[in-house]
Amino acid sequence: MIGPALELIGLKKAFGGLPVTQDVSLVVQPGERRLIIGPNGAGKTTLFNQISGDLRPNSGQIKLFGADVTRLPPYKRAQRGLSRTYQIITLFADDTIEHNVSLGLLGLRPTRWQMWRPISRYPDIAAEARRALDAVGLLQLAGHPISDVAYGERRRVELAVALAQRPRVLLLDEPLAGLSNAERSTVKTLIAAIPRETTVVIIEHDMDTALDLAETVTLLNYGRVIVDGKRDIVVADARTREVYLGT
Amino acid sequence: MQFWIIQGLNSLSLGGLLFLLSSGFSLIFGLMRVANLTHGAFFMLGTYIAATALRAYDGLNLWMMVVVAGFAVAALGGLFERLVLTRLKTNPLGQVLVTLGMSFIISDACLVLWGGDSIPVPTPQSLQAPTRIFGFVFPTYRLVLVGLAIIAAIALYFLLERTRLGAMIRAGVDDRQMARAVGIPVSNLFTIVFCLGAGIAGAAGVLGGPILSAYPGLDADMLPLALIVVILGGIGSLLGAFVGSFLIGFIYTFGIALFPELAYIILFLPMIFVIAFRPQGLFGRVGA
Amino acid sequence: MNWIAAALIGGSLLLPPFLAGDFYINLASQILIAAIFALSLNLLVGFGGMTSLGHASYLGVAAYISALLTSRYGFGHGAAAIISVSGTTAMAAFFGVIALRASGLGFLMITLALSQVLWGLAYRMSNVTNGDNGITGLTRPAPFGISLDSPVAFYWFALIVATIAFLMMTVFVSSAFGSSLKGVRDQPRRMAALGFNPWLIRWITFVYAGFWGSVSGLLYVYYHKYIHPTSLSITSSAEALLGVIAGGSGTLGGPAVGAALVLLLKNYASAYLERWNMLLGLIFLFIVLVMPAGIVPGFSWLTAALRRDKP
Repeated sequence: MIGPALELIGLKKAFGGLPVTQDVSLVVQPGERRLIIGPNGAGKTTLFNQISGDLRPNSGQIKLFGADVTRLPPYKRAQRGLSRTYQIITLFADDTIEHNVSLGLLGLRPTRWQMWRPISRYPDIAAEARRALDAVGLLQLAGHPISDVAYGERRRVELAVALAQRPRVLLLDEPLAGLSNAERSTVKTLIAAIPRETTVVIIEHDMDTALDLAETVTLLNYGRVIVDGKRDIVVADARTREVYLGT
Repeated sequence: MQFWIIQGLNSLSLGGLLFLLSSGFSLIFGLMRVANLTHGAFFMLGTYIAATALRAYDGLNLWMMVVVAGFAVAALGGLFERLVLTRLKTNPLGQVLVTLGMSFIISDACLVLWGGDSIPVPTPQSLQAPTRIFGFVFPTYRLVLVGLAIIAAIALYFLLERTRLGAMIRAGVDDRQMARAVGIPVSNLFTIVFCLGAGIAGAAGVLGGPILSAYPGLDADMLPLALIVVILGGIGSLLGAFVGSFLIGFIYTFGIALFPELAYIILFLPMIFVIAFRPQGLFGRVGA
Repeated sequence: MNWIAAALIGGSLLLPPFLAGDFYINLASQILIAAIFALSLNLLVGFGGMTSLGHASYLGVAAYISALLTSRYGFGHGAAAIISVSGTTAMAAFFGVIALRASGLGFLMITLALSQVLWGLAYRMSNVTNGDNGITGLTRPAPFGISLDSPVAFYWFALIVATIAFLMMTVFVSSAFGSSLKGVRDQPRRMAALGFNPWLIRWITFVYAGFWGSVSGLLYVYYHKYIHPTSLSITSSAEALLGVIAGGSGTLGGPAVGAALVLLLKNYASAYLERWNMLLGLIFLFIVLVMPAGIVPGFSWLTAALRRDKP
């Protein structure tokens, strides 16, 4: 049948003498909802950066739907269906929300090389963008610049941009960070509603917040996989308590 | 045979000069992330100071001028750094543009002060007689120049690797924010390094005087050589500046001697080659 | 506000041949040439986020190629122009590959080093370029048989080319590709994660900027009927950069305004001062320290403030 959506094999990364990823192996099946947890400094974002291609591992392999992408630059991985959001929101503050989403859509289309007409003159892109914004409940703000909207809404725009491309694998880096309780539950609902065609991998350092979004959990500490498996089993595992409570 | 030996020595002495010029540039860029485009002008200023002083006063010698010009240019550099560069900490492009502006100001000032003719710098009396080794004749001054460059390289090495100041500089080059967090007085360090870099450039200008003479446009001739050395050897690397300088010294000298019209192309071919395969330069650790 | 300004500027550009004497018409032609050059540089600096100090390479090489082909090898102006622009654009493609191995200051240094090498070559290869004497006795083309020798005729020619250049660069920058360029300027990592190829986007822009730089070089050599290595010098690149920064690199028209100001200043200053370079240096310091965003943004800020004050 179809192989894993994402596979990490023996990933190792060190900065100078400091190891940040130590022999990490992971398998994520298509459609799975995986949560990667671990205390601060465990190497979660570094792991994401290697998966997305922003960092090169020292050794090991990364496979996307069976294809070895370890040496591919980030944009080629995006073209293979990888999408991600960032801990720090990296949207274009002076542009409108709709433009941000449209630009995101452009990334995988040949139209991006066209040097004649502005994005706004492509009705199909505009329609897609509005659909994506509607899906996160922000259609009414489409014409506002990013700088005008609240943090929680920006997080939703980021999600809209990432989802607009209908990715096959979506990496969410601390999607709930800095959100109020109300905003958090909105975003969680949106994440839970992501279609099964998209495999979702989430990083959170606060275990409780994202737990109900996950089917499987990987616990990372000091760059190593400590526990890995179905959510309830990992939560109950003694090592998990040890890492978080230090007992 | 004599031709090759002489050109070889000329290469070494040019390489030595280039090292003195580019080591300062590399340090400044490595620590402060400032591409100091005034560097050629600092060099030229040293040459002009030596040329005038030696012509006007009998009692002076070249070595004194190395110290005097070195300090004078260092002081000028320090003033510039304190008054102008520090205000532009968040504007790296602006920093480059003001160093460019400063280089224009200095070079035009030299034109005003010293006119358009080239002014020779006399070789020190004691070194005017040629040296004979194995039956070959060498201009003594150039031999001494190579020796001085090597001494300077060793001195800089010791400064960077064995002193506390050097440790602070290296820490700043590797990770500026961390260095600040650990309590290293980074902005004072910047001034010190800029003065050091400028001063070495000025001193190099004096030492280069007997070979190059002081002339308008000397700065524009030296700056691209320093840039190519640093790009090729790697930014922030003293070893890179050393190797790069002698490499360029050889390529440029033999290039000019054998194919005078194509010397510039021969010069930038190795730079292209190195950049194509190693964008950070031969020994660079800091990304450009 | 923008339409009024555009109409005013557009209108005033049509005036010189009717109102002014030859000296001012010639000055206006020079301003148009400098404006095209600065606009092409701003594709890199303002919209691409790549500051180059070697843009004079494209102006100078295009000028030299045209000069040599027409004066020494008997080419007609049409053929010479095509060879010159395509040759220089090819050179830009090559230089772009080298320079884009680095970014930021490394990129700046490489563009500067490459340009300085060309400048040195222009001096030294004197049997080709005539070295310090420059190449003199050149002619202007006569498109469709119309002579461009009179100041008025040349001005109209320059105005047509400048208008085409401005329109094409505006379209480029506002297009989908232009949006991706600005995205790569501001957030290269994010753009890569979205599927854009940052290197290719930058390289294409670099080549396009080189193309328009070469066009300005052709106009330059046609106007002056003379070419000298100083047009390849760092001063030449720096003047364009100053124009871009002084006028405002974030805007479409700013660099043209800045280039005009630099040229006017240069013309008038050289009447009173011998030391243009020193003045240029001081202006650099002034602009960077006091007005980093440039003049045109300052103007629109001012008019916006004025409008806010109205009841």
